[in-house]
Amino acid sequence: MSTGDGVPGPGDTPGLAIHTEVPKHEHIGSKETVFELKDLSVFYGDTPAVRNVSMDIFKNDITALIGPSGCGKSTLIRCLNRMNDLIPTAKVTGQLLYHGEDLYGGNVDPVQVRKLIGMVFQKPNPFPKSIYDNIAFGPRTLGMQGDMDDIVEKALRDAALWDEVKDRLHSNAYGMSGGQQQRLCIARCIAVQPDVILMDEPCSALDPISTGKIEDLMLDLKERYSIVIVTHNMQQAARVSDRTAFLIVELTADEKDRWGEIVEYDETEKIFTNPSDERTEAYISGRFG
Amino acid sequence: MGSPDVVSSGRLAGEPARRLSAASPRHGEKVIRGLLILCAALSIATTTGIMISLVGPSIGFFREVSAIDFLFGTEWSPVIQPPSFGVLPLVVGTLSVTLWGLIFAVPIGLAAAIYLSEYAHPRVRSILKPTLEVLAGIPTVALGFFAFSFVTPLLQDLWPGFLGDGPNIFNALSAGLVIGLMIVPIIASISEDAMSAVPAGLREGAAALGASRMRVALRVVFPAALSGIVASIVLGISRAIGETMIVLMAAGATPNMTFNPVESILAMTAFIGVTATGDIATGTIEYDTIFAVGLLLFVMTLVMNLISIRLVRKYREVYE
Repeated sequence: MSTGDGVPGPGDTPGLAIHTEVPKHEHIGSKETVFELKDLSVFYGDTPAVRNVSMDIFKNDITALIGPSGCGKSTLIRCLNRMNDLIPTAKVTGQLLYHGEDLYGGNVDPVQVRKLIGMVFQKPNPFPKSIYDNIAFGPRTLGMQGDMDDIVEKALRDAALWDEVKDRLHSNAYGMSGGQQQRLCIARCIAVQPDVILMDEPCSALDPISTGKIEDLMLDLKERYSIVIVTHNMQQAARVSDRTAFLIVELTADEKDRWGEIVEYDETEKIFTNPSDERTEAYISGRFG
Repeated sequence: MGSPDVVSSGRLAGEPARRLSAASPRHGEKVIRGLLILCAALSIATTTGIMISLVGPSIGFFREVSAIDFLFGTEWSPVIQPPSFGVLPLVVGTLSVTLWGLIFAVPIGLAAAIYLSEYAHPRVRSILKPTLEVLAGIPTVALGFFAFSFVTPLLQDLWPGFLGDGPNIFNALSAGLVIGLMIVPIIASISEDAMSAVPAGLREGAAALGASRMRVALRVVFPAALSGIVASIVLGISRAIGETMIVLMAAGATPNMTFNPVESILAMTAFIGVTATGDIATGTIEYDTIFAVGLLLFVMTLVMNLISIRLVRKYREVYE
């Protein structure tokens, strides 16, 4: 798998393309879109979790999803690599295009989707195996060619973890600190050279120093990957992201059902300095949420 | 035990008492604690009692027969003159039946556990798992009858010629298969518990790397649940070794030192069962034989449990 100048994408990795020919990428301004969400809604059973989300997510951007608890940020990000398929009752309506191709199309294999769109979770979830085997799991799953030692070293270097663990590659990953475990999960994710990395509150279980390291890492990684991050931490969204979507919780009149809706989606700087919606302003200035 | 007045003494009347002692001495707590200790002690006492009752008559046996002749002798004929007390044919008989049982039960039990834990819809699982556990409650005498009257004729009918002679009317294979059937629910149910206890985060992490369900199950969940899985198999082996009724009814009573599944054998438990219910006077060497064989059975199970504990400690993957 040659990634040329280090910009992996379905175009460069025909072996990993979802099924059909990838159509010509659409451009908005100078930026290439990775995801186009059109009226996307997610239900658990008959209960809506997120409703009518429309947004474009761009290549080599860090896109942040912020909003109060229960606004469906995690549900939304889990649509992007079809992680919601693992929940039997989850149902997605509307349209979600990935490089122009319908991600929920009939011929799309969710396992294949997740090879291209990796994910880092809220709680670090290394496998109870050695550091080496954690990184090698994905490349072995994909049958990647090349020397496994090199693949592991490169992934750990890219995740700025190599110097800390190079002398104990074969010890159990659970011996690492929480922050190291989370960077291991990021390394594990980039070892398979995905196109997109989804991060679901990756720092919420970490201390400020570990959080800082992961934020630095994200800024490095966006040179080569497109990143979508869900965060509770507005400062984090402001520090790392290029674009920010703000979601809120909507209630029915009888307060029986609640779901998330998007209020505003724009460049991060605008969201935080000059939001167009007063609810966004109220939230970012700490008046609710 | 201080009464409330002691603590509140020195306060003005009407001032709320800042009492530190308990309102009542809570005798009930001590009674419950005592009962719980009693229950825990009872199981230890029982085990010790069994040990003592086995060892006593066994000592009598080993005064007459040397341990070496007993453990390594290949001829078992305790009631024929001159008697011979080589226990190996019985041990081999027991191991043979256990082996056939495991060959049947381990793959099926583990496959069932993987299906229930990783594939089955929660609603399907909520029906299947209790059904499976009911299977574990079938009286073994019914299973023994099933082995003798259904499985053996079936095996005789279906036996392919190129494998040589078909099964004897009493044979190790039929008993082994039905013992396997008996321990499938044990292996499946306990392994499923162990696999379901693996945190969902590990599954999600593997799925997010593009691993298929089967790969998640075999490469992540299975190793993480290994200690529980091994425990289920060990429990299954213990049940198989100790099973009496099925081997008595289906495997025969011929001390036969062979792993050939079509031949009749005599398992250790079957010998004990037959002899103990037969016409034998206490205090005779024949009577003591039962206890010697019983003691050996006890030691075999114990050693196996110890080995499995070591194996589990060595290979298990610990997650927080």
